[in-house]
Amino acid sequence: MTPFLELRDVKTHFPVEHGLVFRKRVGTVRAVDGVSLSLRQGEIVGLVGESGCGKSTLGRTILQLIPASEGTVALGGRSLTALRGADLRAARADFQMIFQDPYASLNPRMTVFDTLAEAIRSHRAVPEAELPCRVAALMEKVGLAPRFQRKYPHEFSGGQRQRIAIARALAVEPKLIVADEPVSALDVSIQAQIINLLAKLSREMGLTLIFISHDLSVVRHISDRIAVMYLGKIVELGPAAEVFDHPMHPYTQALVSAVAVPDPVKAKLRQRIVLAGDPPSPLNPPSGCAFHPRCPHAVEACKVKVPALEESPPGRMVACLRTQELEAGR
Amino acid sequence: MPLLEIQNLRTSFHTRNGIVRAVDGVSFSVEQGETLGIVGESGSGKSVTCYSLMGLIPKPPGRIESGTARFDGADLLTMKDAELNRIRGKRIAMIFQDPMTSLNPYLRIEEQLIEPLVIHENMPRAEAVKRAIRALEEVGVPDAARRIRSHPHEFSGGMRQRVMIAMALITQPDLLIADEPTTALDVTVQAQILDLITRLQRERGMAVIWISHDLGVVAGFCRRVLVMYAGRVVESGPVEDIFARPLHPYNCALQRSIPALQGKGAELYTIPGLPPDVSKPLPACAFADRCEFAQPGCRTGEVALKEIEFGHASACVRVQRGELKL
Repeated sequence: MTPFLELRDVKTHFPVEHGLVFRKRVGTVRAVDGVSLSLRQGEIVGLVGESGCGKSTLGRTILQLIPASEGTVALGGRSLTALRGADLRAARADFQMIFQDPYASLNPRMTVFDTLAEAIRSHRAVPEAELPCRVAALMEKVGLAPRFQRKYPHEFSGGQRQRIAIARALAVEPKLIVADEPVSALDVSIQAQIINLLAKLSREMGLTLIFISHDLSVVRHISDRIAVMYLGKIVELGPAAEVFDHPMHPYTQALVSAVAVPDPVKAKLRQRIVLAGDPPSPLNPPSGCAFHPRCPHAVEACKVKVPALEESPPGRMVACLRTQELEAGR
Repeated sequence: MPLLEIQNLRTSFHTRNGIVRAVDGVSFSVEQGETLGIVGESGSGKSVTCYSLMGLIPKPPGRIESGTARFDGADLLTMKDAELNRIRGKRIAMIFQDPMTSLNPYLRIEEQLIEPLVIHENMPRAEAVKRAIRALEEVGVPDAARRIRSHPHEFSGGMRQRVMIAMALITQPDLLIADEPTTALDVTVQAQILDLITRLQRERGMAVIWISHDLGVVAGFCRRVLVMYAGRVVESGPVEDIFARPLHPYNCALQRSIPALQGKGAELYTIPGLPPDVSKPLPACAFADRCEFAQPGCRTGEVALKEIEFGHASACVRVQRGELKL
């Protein structure tokens, strides 16, 4: 069976240029550096990592908002990276994005009706008379009362605005949604509403969802699988609960141990792995395994050899030279 | 005597759309060397409470309507500016959520770090710079002697936050107020900053007020917790009790709605309705409209924080009457 969404060795590089008139290329930011990933239809994959690890760039590359420098992205067997112009625009109805900040992603001068009607019209010719009914249906789907149709974004709370943004993404009946930190700007009690909504929509509509977040406990809750990124590469991939409860890559271990658990008794007993330093710059990544300067288990070989993402045990993928050794030692 | 004792603090903002009662009768105290967490969602008044103490509320539109805040015996709210200036930045320091907006982008961090020493302690410049370098080393900024000559934009987010902490702690304050200082940081960097503050606190016996919306951080870091809602304290107690035996329906609901405490994939509990608009008249218990246990009696009558167990207080009248087991 061919996967629904398939990324093959996707790389997104940005040139760094200097000079005003004679622009010279002085370097390359390897924001995404060789990512391969396949998703089933209806699957929710969480993408986690520190800021600057390339998770947002990967999300945007999948949606063709940023062109991939190398590699292919295929949705339902069709390559998106090869599409241009009108074909790409037509294909965009299949994949949509939800952004972090619902204050910035909605046009403040458009009512909810205008925002949603525009999205519906762009997708297919709908008789004007049918629009109010369709807008109302969309609003109900995301839990907003249709009587708010004529209101402007500023009249809504953050959580309600995020619902409008979700409704807008759903207006074109997409098959894939990339949600980039969709709950990070929201309060705890509102986060729960949006997480429940996304989980429900994915379940009911068979939506495939890529959920980008730096909050591991949220990602663990909603995702089927988790992909952990470090400096443009996936370093660990596997079922959400397994990756969280038994992380295999030293980076994932540090990340999971840094998550603040809301339980004072457990928090005091727990051993935390505190990483030294900041994530290195993707402009000038370390040699070998990019994590080696911060890794507590690094050996000489890690400075030289770039570890590949390999399956071991079945269902789990880890990119670490010492996985076998470290697992045996636990 | 507690280091800081706040009684019945009320702060409101007089705006064109009415009076916003941001802090509505808050009382608490902080002992020497203690770590107090204040949790609540945006608009619950947790930041305004601390800004009021520091005299950082813009007036107008802000106004401190009533209350006292005794720091080491003297009332911060009524003292003259000159007196307050001798305390804030020296004995009480504050760090903020966004280090980029709280550091001056035009000045080398050297200038910003030595400023409190020059102002408060009349220290000669050369000596102040030496102290500043040591302060940077203490918070883990590598190559401090050289980095002190940098401007804020040359630091990463985590490093900037360290600079802020160094700046706040350079006068050896008795109380540090931290307003969500790790919210904008990655979890790995957050862990570093929490470790750092814990270590400095142990070394110096400084008290900390930690404002956060993140129950996880508060659980691991604070000894006592206040839960705020709509400008009022609805529950307060030792951190273990706040999490293990919540005594207010709001605290309970908040904990049920965070993914980390729930089974994977289970539907998260959501608090119905929206946080209240504090510029409108509120029911006696501000949470009554969203509370699943509310009765008509919750909207009228007297609601006050009362101690239920030793050191653990709740403002829920039904819990106080023993009708409700959460």
